[in-house]
Amino acid sequence: MPEVQLRKRVIVVEEIFHEGGPAAAVPLRRAAALAVIHNPFAGKYVPEISGFMEDLNPLGLEMAKAIVAALGGDAKIVEGYGKGAIVGQAGELEHGALWHVPGGYAMRELLGNAKAIVASTKKVGGPGTRLDVPITHINASYVRSHFDSMEVGIADAPKADEILLALVMTSGPRVHARVGGLKASEIKGQDGLR
Amino acid sequence: MKTKIRKIVTLVEETRAEMGQQVNPPTRRAAAAAVIENPFAGKYVEDLTELMEIGEELGALLTERAVAALGIPGASAESYGKAAAVGENGELEHAAAILHPKLGTPVRKALGKGAALIPSSKKRGGPGITLDIPLGHKDAAFVRSHFDGMEIRVNDAPRANEILVAIAVTDSGRPLPRVGGLTKDQIKGEDGLR
Repeated sequence: MPEVQLRKRVIVVEEIFHEGGPAAAVPLRRAAALAVIHNPFAGKYVPEISGFMEDLNPLGLEMAKAIVAALGGDAKIVEGYGKGAIVGQAGELEHGALWHVPGGYAMRELLGNAKAIVASTKKVGGPGTRLDVPITHINASYVRSHFDSMEVGIADAPKADEILLALVMTSGPRVHARVGGLKASEIKGQDGLR
Repeated sequence: MKTKIRKIVTLVEETRAEMGQQVNPPTRRAAAAAVIENPFAGKYVEDLTELMEIGEELGALLTERAVAALGIPGASAESYGKAAAVGENGELEHAAAILHPKLGTPVRKALGKGAALIPSSKKRGGPGITLDIPLGHKDAAFVRSHFDGMEIRVNDAPRANEILVAIAVTDSGRPLPRVGGLTKDQIKGEDGLR
């Protein structure tokens, strides 16, 4: 499969002290790593594309490491994660689906024994398209306090023949989480759900 | 601290390639933005001193965050810029009070020199509005390779009673600059212009 050609990387960190309520003892942090790569399948229908997933593994790992570094270097503080892709207009949605395996692999590799499925989203769009990347708890998808999202995007990407890849991690629950449901302290951690 | 901050966002962009040409070393821009309460939202206040003092605090804080995100000593920064977006219950003059009287001194202190004007922009708008932060070389405003801009956007800010304030710092100019003009090795650095 073709080599991964990287045009641009972006790291974004949000630090949230409050949202109108009492300031959190430890601010919530959300961090995203974005990479803009050439879409080797742009402009044509290519039946066999799955081999490109393996080529994306090193980039995924590099992005996951960059997020942990941006959060201070300790992977143990990561409690939520998510991933997404925006495919430029000369590509198809299926090209964005190539990110599922390498994006998930990269974060699990770094976060140890993360059990929950990595929440994800994808779309086709032009430069400046924004993506609301869904976020759930890394060990139990049903932890209600950690259902979150982070909006990402880059003004000049993706161009028609590019794919914008995104990984997101958070350091905790929503800043004023108070709608009940399964708590992080109640995780059984057997099936990745509860 | 006088400033009431709800959220801080930092963002680093690294450009590795343009039109298939490698950018070596990659160009890097960082922005740090704070979402703050507007103490004068919803009323006309003649004396804007409080916002000027907030500007001074943010000049130090946001420059420190942006430089840290680049991982460079402040003196290695090459260009800079600043911008603010005022929520709908504030006035454009509130952005001016933050940006112009006192914000620059701590920025220059953090970056070593900074003889040149800090280019700026401001607007009023709702959550998710984009700020295009103008960029210019910190020691000589006429360095053509460093005329640039950086977009930043925080999807949930500014709310009506908030102000989004951003500072951008780079360690480089545009990728592949080739439109001539004053180059950085020709800087005299006496008047901030050339």
